[in-house]
Amino acid sequence: MNILSVDDVSLSFGGLEVLTDVSFDVTQGDIFAIIGPNGAGKTSILNIISGFYRPKKGKVFFKGNDISHLGPDKRAAQGMGRTFQNIALYHGMSVLDNIKLGAHSHLKTGLMGGLWYWGAAHREEMAMRKKIEEDIIDFLEIETIRKQPVGSLAYGLQKRVELARALAMRPKVLLMDEPVAGMNAEETEDMARFILDIKEEHDITIVLIEHDMKMIMDISDRVLVLNFGQKLTCGTPGDVQKHPEVIKAYLGQKKDQA
Amino acid sequence: MNMDIFLQLISSGFLVGGIYALIALGFVLIYKATNIINFATGEFMMIGAYIFYSLMVYLKLSPFVGFPLVIVCAALLGTLVERLILRHMLGQPNISIIMVTIGLSSILLGVAEMIWGSSFRSFPPLFPRKPILLGEIVLRSNLFYGFLMAMAVVVIFLILFKYAKVGVAMRATANDQMAAFSMGINVKTMFTISWAFGAIAASMGGIIIGNIGGVQPTLGHIGLKIFPIVILGGLDSIIGAVIGGFIVGIVENLAGGYLDPYFHGGVKDLAPFIVLLFILLIKPYGLFGTKEIERL
Repeated sequence: MNILSVDDVSLSFGGLEVLTDVSFDVTQGDIFAIIGPNGAGKTSILNIISGFYRPKKGKVFFKGNDISHLGPDKRAAQGMGRTFQNIALYHGMSVLDNIKLGAHSHLKTGLMGGLWYWGAAHREEMAMRKKIEEDIIDFLEIETIRKQPVGSLAYGLQKRVELARALAMRPKVLLMDEPVAGMNAEETEDMARFILDIKEEHDITIVLIEHDMKMIMDISDRVLVLNFGQKLTCGTPGDVQKHPEVIKAYLGQKKDQA
Repeated sequence: MNMDIFLQLISSGFLVGGIYALIALGFVLIYKATNIINFATGEFMMIGAYIFYSLMVYLKLSPFVGFPLVIVCAALLGTLVERLILRHMLGQPNISIIMVTIGLSSILLGVAEMIWGSSFRSFPPLFPRKPILLGEIVLRSNLFYGFLMAMAVVVIFLILFKYAKVGVAMRATANDQMAAFSMGINVKTMFTISWAFGAIAASMGGIIIGNIGGVQPTLGHIGLKIFPIVILGGLDSIIGAVIGGFIVGIVENLAGGYLDPYFHGGVKDLAPFIVLLFILLIKPYGLFGTKEIERL
């Protein structure tokens, strides 16, 4: 079943065509990777899926519904989690507070209750906190740093907290923009393991952008290749690696083959 | 040096400072979530004071009905201003947005003159007239009760920001709008709420100031005096606004008491700016401001 579909999407900034007629489907439970050279439009695709950009043409379907008209907060509330290329944590807040913000969209109490923090709002928060602590913090192995302010943590750990925050939303789909960028080999391996576990244990579909080819080919179920805003191909890692257009885009071509 | 005079100056400075803090909060609440400096804060105060005056004098309502009504009106004013004017300025350069708020302040001033005229009016007595005596120190009753009221409002806002969901969401919005969106926070609603909150804080300050010195359309000019407080404390820090308020209140009173007799007056108004200058030399972002904020 397709949990997410991007249908014939084009995007331009002024005269610059960023994406041209891009379509693809993401199957429920897959790890779906988007790769391509710099400037190919990868982050733009993520921004279109999460609602920050409105495409010039085309539609986005989520769980079978057309969500093209919804704002990013509504999409998040429907189960679309996101992590960012540049860590977008709240630096002054503790790890736990950051994670609690992720559960924000699941608080059912209305404005007045939330405003005054009594009764149902309080009980709800307690229940939520327990669930978050037990599941996500244990799962991502960040027990020891839960009280620390995020700004004081090492880069790799910050990325992990950002992931924890996104998971606290209990998303159906998790969009990850370069989850291992700037990480060393060990941190990258940890992150790859977490991503696989998220998929298997939490039944979350993952759409990720990454430049680390080894990791992509190791963990992805399907790979979409973009080049200059156009879809080159989409398939299993094995297929994609053999695709002549992909080799050309990544390695260039010899003069005599041109 | 006479100790009694010193304590007298310090304590009335402290009381004035608490009221300044509340008005400074009117700036900070809006800046924190939206990164907009609202130069119409003084006029929000003035409108709040006039509405309260009208409710008391024309409709003969009790202050206990008047306060909640002013809160509702201020929230409405803040919401309308954000929805009808500032919402359209999203993504425009900061300087244009600042000009819009300056324009807004002129409009509010004009509207107030059209409705209430430009003459000076004083409030019917709100609090007991009897001055408060602390040993040798005499505190004016309007100032004292006004201070208590201001502190109550400030504390409510502090608690709201620290613990309530809407406060956390506003902090998140201020920090990183894109991430806030991804957490399912409706960022635009947060903008509206913060304008409503800012207008409420300002209007409460307006009532207190109006009760002390009477109300006229130029009551809002005190907003300009509050501005150094906000810069001093750091534009986006609530606690900074409170501490900045106290510093300016006390410095102003001490300068007025000790130095004004030697000059032809005016030191009182100048002193806060001199302190501001020194603090900014050492800490360019204000005492508690975050580093990324706009430098003026």
